Amino acid sequence: MTPFQTILAKELRCFFVSPVFYVVGAIFLFISGLIAHLMTANAGQQAVRFLQIQNTYAQLNLNELVFRSLFYSLDFVLMFLLPILTMRLFAEERKLQTIELLLTSPVGINELISAKYMSVLLIYLGLLSLTGLTPILLSLYSSFQWNPILTGYLGLALQGGFFLACGLLASATTDNQVVAAFLSFGMILLIWLLGGLGSLLGDTTIGNVLSYVSFSEHYDRLVRGLLEVKDVVYYLSGIVLTLFMAHRVVDSHRWS
Amino acid sequence: MITVQHVSKHYGRHTALDDVSFQVMEGEILAFLGPNGAGKTTTMRILSCFMPQSTGMARVAGFDCLEQPMEVKRHLGYLPETPPLYPELTVDEYLTFVGRLKRLTPPHLASRKSHVIDQVGLGSIRHRLIGHLSRGYRQRVGLAQALIHDPPVLILDEPTVGLDPKQIIDIRGLIKSLAGSRTIILSTHILPEAMATCDRVVIIHRGRIVAEDAPDRLSSRLRQSETMSLTVKQPLHDWMERLKTLPGVLDVQTAATPNTCTIECELGRDIRETLSQFVVSQGYGLLELKPLSLSLEEVFLQLTHQEEETGMGERTHLPPSNRSQPPIA
Repeated sequence: MTPFQTILAKELRCFFVSPVFYVVGAIFLFISGLIAHLMTANAGQQAVRFLQIQNTYAQLNLNELVFRSLFYSLDFVLMFLLPILTMRLFAEERKLQTIELLLTSPVGINELISAKYMSVLLIYLGLLSLTGLTPILLSLYSSFQWNPILTGYLGLALQGGFFLACGLLASATTDNQVVAAFLSFGMILLIWLLGGLGSLLGDTTIGNVLSYVSFSEHYDRLVRGLLEVKDVVYYLSGIVLTLFMAHRVVDSHRWS
Repeated sequence: MITVQHVSKHYGRHTALDDVSFQVMEGEILAFLGPNGAGKTTTMRILSCFMPQSTGMARVAGFDCLEQPMEVKRHLGYLPETPPLYPELTVDEYLTFVGRLKRLTPPHLASRKSHVIDQVGLGSIRHRLIGHLSRGYRQRVGLAQALIHDPPVLILDEPTVGLDPKQIIDIRGLIKSLAGSRTIILSTHILPEAMATCDRVVIIHRGRIVAEDAPDRLSSRLRQSETMSLTVKQPLHDWMERLKTLPGVLDVQTAATPNTCTIECELGRDIRETLSQFVVSQGYGLLELKPLSLSLEEVFLQLTHQEEETGMGERTHLPPSNRSQPPIA
């Protein structure tokens, strides 16, 4: 086993014995199920109303009525839940001083960060794939376009991946898990609000730069079913940059 | 095996280590002795490549700590001050994790693991969660972690701190049993520990090395004269002055009881025979005559006290010993 696999396996094991993972997972799945149910019920009511007025079966656009709002709501839920998942990654190692073991073993900081990031990403993707039950169930009873759903899930995966990288960076800066969680909330909300500031400034250079830096417009396109390389590049470069900063932070602790 | 040359470490404006140099030979056990905050942990962290030094050179097993940290880490077992344990893993899982981190191959890992578990006596708690273990067992797991990859160099930061006397004796015995094949540096602020386990002691205070020698020679080096303790049947007061006239006697001082005195005599001159003949011939009733040597505690206090007084320690100049202090042992 390489050190990467070793740390990855240990991290996954620690997730599965930690109550935090089960609480976060349960809340995420419950809320996503609830939102999906509310949206579907809402769409059903609209269909009934349509039937009463027009006396015909309406072609409801489930993509718009159910999935788009589901993706937007889930994005919001992730902003609050994922920092809880990432907060322990480094903060706990520093608190327990096990970071001394990791950094005095023949393991590079690269391997350490990538293994920890991979563990939390796998956990998140596992949870996310469970929400796939909603479109699968709905597809049994109605028809809708699959492509916007797939790009929406890609958006959720990339968006979540970016939040997790932010959380990992925040966790690397402190030995207090609560501080780490709030730092990552702060980072994510700040990046989100940059988009609002950008659209306020309109079509100016600063406005465009701010809108590009924020994830809202990139996520928006993916949810609407537009798959563009620049959005994927945005997320991947954001993740790499954030992880690189985490690398510098972990390394810098050795110097102080 | 370990070479440290002119190593300094600064934290901002604070100097934790100031031009420290020492060497450890293969198979030697070296104790790092000093009060809390003296720079022991900093030195160990530099040697274990956890943090880099500000200036100077440190080599472990022939590899430079700055240039080849991966090689150093492979050849080194390190037990930090707080054992680096994961409470949610069992002892067995934890040692597997560490063994893999240290790049042991699976068959090798299994044999090393059972060997180390026997060595530090963890057999009965092998499958228990580390979070449920007592302090003494945690310390042993920490030691097992440092030994798992059979490193030629061991660095142990306060290995016996917080343990009960029985556990301390166990761990010391274990460290002694590891000697020979391994080079060991251990830090402590408990002096008998250094006496009991180590071949050589380095006393460090405020980031500087103030003395370095074998434990017994360290105390004798500090003496400029020998002291004797003399106990007689008759009270001493009236004839004490006559003792001072004996050849070789420098000074006589009364001790705790009127029947006992401490006699300071010239270095390298054994006056026990003259002294006993004198006491017996005068019919004072000789009860006891024994040479006193400074305990390591006294050496330590003197050296660190000297540091504080002068503000800068001179390694070669050692202060005269102060005999009026009783041994603290």
